Amino acid sequence: MITVENLTKKFGEVTAVEGLTFRVKEGEVFGFLGPNGAGKTTTIRMLCCLISKTGGEATIVDYQISKAADSLQIRKMIGLVPDNVGLYDDLTAFENLDFYGKLYECPEERRKENIKRFLKMLGLWERKDIRAGSFSKGMKQKLALARALIHDPQILFMDEPTANLDPESAKTVRDFILEIKKQGRTIFLNTHNLDEAQRVCDRIGIIKTKLLTVGNPEQLRESLSKPKTEIRLAQVNEALVSALRKRIPNKIEVSGDKLIIDVTNPDKENPTIIAAITSSVGQVREVSQLVPTLEDVYLQIVKETK
Amino acid sequence: MSKAWIVATKDMRIFLRKKYALYSLVIFPLIVGIGLPLVLHFVGARQGGLSSTRLPIIMNAFSFFFLIGAATLPTVLASYSLVGEKIEKSLEPLLAAPITDSELLLGKSIAAFIPPIAAIYISSIVFMVLADLVTHNTLGYLYFPNWTIGLILLLLAPLSAILSVEWSVIVSSRASDARAAQMQGLFIMLPLAAIYVASEVGAISLDTKTLLIISAVILAADIILFFLSTKTFQREEILTKWT
Repeated sequence: MITVENLTKKFGEVTAVEGLTFRVKEGEVFGFLGPNGAGKTTTIRMLCCLISKTGGEATIVDYQISKAADSLQIRKMIGLVPDNVGLYDDLTAFENLDFYGKLYECPEERRKENIKRFLKMLGLWERKDIRAGSFSKGMKQKLALARALIHDPQILFMDEPTANLDPESAKTVRDFILEIKKQGRTIFLNTHNLDEAQRVCDRIGIIKTKLLTVGNPEQLRESLSKPKTEIRLAQVNEALVSALRKRIPNKIEVSGDKLIIDVTNPDKENPTIIAAITSSVGQVREVSQLVPTLEDVYLQIVKETK
Repeated sequence: MSKAWIVATKDMRIFLRKKYALYSLVIFPLIVGIGLPLVLHFVGARQGGLSSTRLPIIMNAFSFFFLIGAATLPTVLASYSLVGEKIEKSLEPLLAAPITDSELLLGKSIAAFIPPIAAIYISSIVFMVLADLVTHNTLGYLYFPNWTIGLILLLLAPLSAILSVEWSVIVSSRASDARAAQMQGLFIMLPLAAIYVASEVGAISLDTKTLLIISAVILAADIILFFLSTKTFQREEILTKWT
């Protein structure tokens, strides 16, 4: 659906995005994670044919972003939720959607049907005749989502759709994304929010000018962070730790009354570790497995590039 | 429906809801359409009044106000139309829609052109009727319509309005708020004001020949500014430098 090959963008001497290569499959939710200034918005803008590329190529379905004739076709089949919602404050919710429906050449009947459907789904139907300028941030974001879907696009690009929203509005937006995912649309999502990426995305790319890694959340966690076993003891002392270090080869960290031990295969190694502790006269109170989060992975990868 | 017209109707709907834009469309034509004939009436009613030889010169000069209006009013709307998109940050979704740069520019230009020209035409009709009523007895004939005001309204006013819109596109690309764009946009009025002053002091006569020469100059400026404004109004330029 989306194929990106060695895509690069420079603004004068500054390289915003360098050598991006990835694919997004049909019906997939692909998340782009990265710190501020990593090139997420620049990538979306290139893919939406808003700005030109400096190098490489990208194709959306069968259309190339670099060809002027293809650019119009691409823009017909995509929807964009930009980081700034960019609604017309002096137009009502209905008028905002109707204007974009007309621009996307949506026939009148379908346009009105879609306006009603999306405004109802997002809980804004009762406010359809109220000017967008009086809407809250969350309501504006919902309206921007409806605007991006007004022409039933195959692909939806979203740039930080839940940024600066209160938890309730953010949840509504996330639920809505999951709902449109069920309809089989392809979604390209820029986000800062690791929890959101984990919940919503099928695959995640971590970007910092260059694409650092791509994979599904599970794969990323497994490939980049070792599991750890956390053991709470009745008492931790220097003698116990040094005795333990002689008995097991694993890396041991001490945190208060807890030992945090790196393991490769918890099922196999944990019984040996527990046996080593008890034979060193340690009293085990609690054993738990620390599963690395996406945040751990993200921070580790971004840190490695510094 | 053409996409340029879709953009134009959207912008015109927004203008109707902006008090400042609405007032500028009403106040100037009201002053010129009704105020100037009232001036003729009160000055004419004074002892000595206005002579039948002086009246045509004054009425030609007053006709020139419609030209100044045609050059200034589109600046107000074009600034709102272009800088407004910048302020509301609505350019990104708009440019992501399947609309070409020229359709967008044309739509914005139509929106800034039609309401002022309509206001100028309506007020000119009011002006001509009232001025004829006021001056008919002194002159012994109906002064309006005549070639001078015909040229001003049908040729010079549209050309000046186009010039004003194109100038506003260029100015708006650098301005950060609508007021600043309007202030810079009003510079377009200066050459026309200079012509008016020149006619008032008798340096030039606003006869048909002079008006045709002025039209040719404005047309040439329109063509030059058209190329400059289309160069300014390009997708990437708009998105990376306007926002």
